[in-house]
Amino acid sequence: MTLDPDVASSDATPNLFAPRRSRLLSGRRGLVAASVSSIIVFGALFAVLFATSGGATLRADFFSPHQMWLAWTGDPRLGLLAIRDGIFTNVWMFLLSEVLVLSFGLVIAWIRITQSSVLLPFRMMATAYTDTFRGVPLLLVVMMVGYGLPILNFGFLSRQSPAVYGVMALTLTYSSYVAEVIRAGIFSVPNGQLLAARSLGLTQASTMRLVILPQAIRTVIPPLLNDFISLQKDTALVSVLGAVEVTRAAQIFQSTVFNESGLVVAAMFFLVLTIPMTRYTDHLMARDRARRLVGS
Amino acid sequence: MSEVVLEFDSVVKRFAENEVLRGVSLQLHRHEVVCLIGASGSGKSTLLRCANLLETIDAGTISLFDQPLQDKRIDPDLVRRHIGMVFQSFNLFPHLSVLDNILLGPVHALKRKREDVNEEALELLERIGLRARANDFPDRLSGGQQQRVAIVRSLAMKPSLLLLDEVTSALDPTLVGEVLDLLRDLAHSGTTMLIATHEMNFARDVAHQIAYLDAGVLVEKGTPAAIFNDPQHESTRRFLARVS
Repeated sequence: MTLDPDVASSDATPNLFAPRRSRLLSGRRGLVAASVSSIIVFGALFAVLFATSGGATLRADFFSPHQMWLAWTGDPRLGLLAIRDGIFTNVWMFLLSEVLVLSFGLVIAWIRITQSSVLLPFRMMATAYTDTFRGVPLLLVVMMVGYGLPILNFGFLSRQSPAVYGVMALTLTYSSYVAEVIRAGIFSVPNGQLLAARSLGLTQASTMRLVILPQAIRTVIPPLLNDFISLQKDTALVSVLGAVEVTRAAQIFQSTVFNESGLVVAAMFFLVLTIPMTRYTDHLMARDRARRLVGS
Repeated sequence: MSEVVLEFDSVVKRFAENEVLRGVSLQLHRHEVVCLIGASGSGKSTLLRCANLLETIDAGTISLFDQPLQDKRIDPDLVRRHIGMVFQSFNLFPHLSVLDNILLGPVHALKRKREDVNEEALELLERIGLRARANDFPDRLSGGQQQRVAIVRSLAMKPSLLLLDEVTSALDPTLVGEVLDLLRDLAHSGTTMLIATHEMNFARDVAHQIAYLDAGVLVEKGTPAAIFNDPQHESTRRFLARVS
């Protein structure tokens, strides 16, 4: 069958220029548009603080520089704890938790993917564990561990400080997330890698350690860092047990001085802590994406 | 005829309802090259994977040096150390350098000292002209180079035989030649090989025996001359007419 040339192709010269409206956001116009929209949005936010009737009160209660400084440095004469003295507690809690979460999560992930029949009861326990701790709010886990273990009266386990119970609760909850992240990473390694390693005569354990895990960990670093970012700020929840960390110190300041500026200082502490890590994670993800685009 | 290295005896393999191998019997002698030909899905790859115990079989036996691999006392990892396998998709380890890809098996499966294997690995790379790329990562190599490294990786284990599963099917046509040339070299130096392939000219060149598989049945087996010039079965004739 032959096609009528008039039907098969068009003789008209097409116009390839975009309509004027869609050109608004490109080039120098884009810069202007970005500036205008920024001024409008941020201006509106400031207007809420300065133009509303409650704005002045809010500023005095939350953003008073004098009160913020007082909350940060504390005042022994007033019996005020310094927020800066709480920092250390948050930091060691999240550092210790992260190490424990990584090791515990790896073990849980490994148990969940093995196929050995001997390990069946452990597999069931691991599945029940991840289901439970991903489902129960961290705040409740903190309270149950922190109030429960001392009552249990079980040797050294019942004689720990609130911060240690906090680390236990954080580890329990976050290991369940991290185990699932690692498991997903392991499944993302192509099956051919397993076949190649096994056909070299490597045992199952060596294959996991030398071939699968190194590739899996690389792909899960960004989601892993995301979980660590939320772990770092969730150290604040340990304040309900009375551990004197940043949030608790801010609460004490608030209930003594009746000013909320300490809460803002605490918030700023967590931002300073997490923003570098958030930026770094984004950078890793962008690099990963770029590499994948080159690869394909 | 020399010693039998690998023997399939009435091998049956099912995936659920689907019978992929229906009683395949085949012998591979030392220094022999056997090419498996047949349409995609005829069971060539499955047969190779069964020999390497990457798949279990449902009936029949596979023996390596007269030792039945289905015996409960057989250690699959030991079996695999004597059988080299090369895949269609290369499957080099992307997180390891070319050299480390080659060293992984000898060092971690055979427990040989890294210093001892190092020079052997470099010589193997020399042989395929890639010694200068020893410290590169696989994604810096072309497909043909990657596949040649994968072949050398399996040779570093000093296997008794090589299984090659359509090793040129994922390559650009321009890169097929270098891989086939390496296999020709290996064949001439007496490497025992079982090769699943779609490259008929290559099969005609290097094979001592050609086995034609159709829907899990080994229909016909013979010398290249017999199979290509005088096929006995109608389905072999139809297949050869389609591919040539």
